[in-house]
Amino acid sequence: MSLSLLFYCVGGIAIGSAIFVVLNRNAVYSAISLVLCFFSLAVIYLLLEAYVIAVLEIFIYAGAIMVLFLFVIMLLNLGREDALPNLNYLQRATSLLLVLLFFVGIFLLMIGDQGLFPQPTEQFVAGGIYPLGEALFSKYLLPFEVASLLLLVALIGTVYLAKRKV
Amino acid sequence: MATIIKSYEPTFWDKLYLPALMRGLIVTFRHFFRRNVTIQYPDQKHIPPEGYRGLHRLNKFPEGRIKCVACEMCSAACPADCIHIIPGPSPWDGGKERYPVRFDIDLLRCIFCGFCEMACPEEAIELTEIYDFSDYTRDDLVIDKEGLLEVYDLTKDQNYYTKNNLSKASSVDTPIDT
Amino acid sequence: MDLLGFTIIVVKVLVVFAATMLGVLVMIYAERRVSAFMQDRVGPNRVGFKGVLQPIADGIKFLMKEDLVPERVDKPIFILAPAILLIPALMTFAVIPFGSSINLFGREIALQVADVNVGILYVLALTSISVYGIVLAGWSSNNKYSLLGGLRSSAQLISYELAMGLAVVSIILLAGSLRLNDIITDQQGSFLSWNIFRQPLAFLIFLIAVYAETNRLPFDLSEAEQELVGGYHTEYSSMKFAMFFMAEYANMITAAALTVTLFFGGWDVPLLDEGSLGLFGALLSVLSFILKVAFFLFLFIWVRWTFPRFRYDQLMRLGWKVMLPLALFNIFLTGGYLTIKALG
Repeated sequence: MSLSLLFYCVGGIAIGSAIFVVLNRNAVYSAISLVLCFFSLAVIYLLLEAYVIAVLEIFIYAGAIMVLFLFVIMLLNLGREDALPNLNYLQRATSLLLVLLFFVGIFLLMIGDQGLFPQPTEQFVAGGIYPLGEALFSKYLLPFEVASLLLLVALIGTVYLAKRKV
Repeated sequence: MATIIKSYEPTFWDKLYLPALMRGLIVTFRHFFRRNVTIQYPDQKHIPPEGYRGLHRLNKFPEGRIKCVACEMCSAACPADCIHIIPGPSPWDGGKERYPVRFDIDLLRCIFCGFCEMACPEEAIELTEIYDFSDYTRDDLVIDKEGLLEVYDLTKDQNYYTKNNLSKASSVDTPIDT
Repeated sequence: MDLLGFTIIVVKVLVVFAATMLGVLVMIYAERRVSAFMQDRVGPNRVGFKGVLQPIADGIKFLMKEDLVPERVDKPIFILAPAILLIPALMTFAVIPFGSSINLFGREIALQVADVNVGILYVLALTSISVYGIVLAGWSSNNKYSLLGGLRSSAQLISYELAMGLAVVSIILLAGSLRLNDIITDQQGSFLSWNIFRQPLAFLIFLIAVYAETNRLPFDLSEAEQELVGGYHTEYSSMKFAMFFMAEYANMITAAALTVTLFFGGWDVPLLDEGSLGLFGALLSVLSFILKVAFFLFLFIWVRWTFPRFRYDQLMRLGWKVMLPLALFNIFLTGGYLTIKALG
């Protein structure tokens, strides 16, 4: 009961901060509210008893990726004033369409697979990190390897770009 | 004959840096147990070496007469132009007929070079070992004849900091104030 | 949860919080005294016996100082940044076990605030959060030196977090668990079962990375008084400035505790079975934990007053070209060893 109240609070914060990310014109504020959004998502994961995912959410997204984002924002000094360009109507319409498409896709995926509100599966609750590792190396081995290959390509590309300048 | 200069080639251990780091840590650890060199100033006082040039004094004869004859050699020698003397006829009998009516030294201008000491034909002005005579106002740091004579009384035994270490330490008052 | 259980948790939280804050006070005093001794000086010795009340005097001074907020700073973030830094620093200690368990009121109480089954990940996650405090403080100050300090620290933390995480992975491989208590149990026995003897390379990498993560010399590039004035806390004064320092020392205490937990057997007293000794054993384990942590805190200070600061490019080179490959190699070695052991 009190947990569901907590869920609504945290969910509200998550949605609110997500909207704030989009609406704010100050890039640093956007980044901070995105971090806040990640934190509230992590709390929601905790409520689902998915501890590993919750901690990884903070560790990887809030702790590493957003720090890089902030780093770049500060390095390019986008922080102050409105450094963001204004979009024309065609661009706005296109982006709106894409966003709608994205949401419809997610919605269809959710209904199709397990219904709107799936229950946490037993094995993920109890085992901590073991079922995650097992799933990654058996059922999802191909996507996992493809993702790592993609990261490797990006890494080599970065090294190449950095080397050429010198 | 040409000399062969060997350039420094770091060995494997040098490149690892860890032995050097350990040596550095050992050095600081040794210092951890070494005797501290700090002088706890207001409680203990640093005793300056022989010939230290601190606060000035005006010397007196044993019977109390001032040695200075107001010849103004010192103020002429002074590179900082900080000695101001007003001479007058001496009130005492015998020998020297001049003496300083006023003798002011601006301690804020003085650079403690000791030229006045060297210029003085009567060995009347001398620099003492007193170094702690700070004060709150500029006016207080202009020392007059009475003050300078009082410094002589304080330092004539050459042991201002050794003898008076404890009694003088507690009072912040400098001889100038009196 | 019943009332007793709740009370026990509250007491544990309070004790750990108070111990950390006390540790911060002790560290402020120790840092000044030890640094003084290492430079053949005396250090603060006027306030209280041998100056032990100096940190309190410092605290009062910080409280009385004017709390300046410069005109052109980004106010909300400027005020928030010290808190963002301090809170994760204080939160991290929650999962670190500081002793074996004791029996009180007819139940077994683990000397640890929360026994999270992903404990080590929790610690790593929170340490990665603390960089926000520094970065945002640097950015919101509207001062080029502060901004540079913030930028440096964000780049530095990302570089060293990787090496640190990978060094920890080899420990996790050995223990087979992310729970800190399991890692300690895995190291129990004689001296030689401590992870520093089983994973010396990982220990070295972890120790260096920890110094970078806590922004201590030789990696304090985000402060770098000589070049950046004071780095990210140039514009801060009064209690906000004090909070930065409290966070730094709290981070050091947590880092030392984590080093002890991962590599020195945590609260484990070598060659002794704490469980069989009852309450005395538990006290002994707490004492051993405190002593080990104290040694690492001393090491922090010792290193600070021994080594000069790294240059920025040297820091990056060490992180990416030396520590990261070494850590990966170490994981490879550990994995190979475990595979061979599993095969027979």
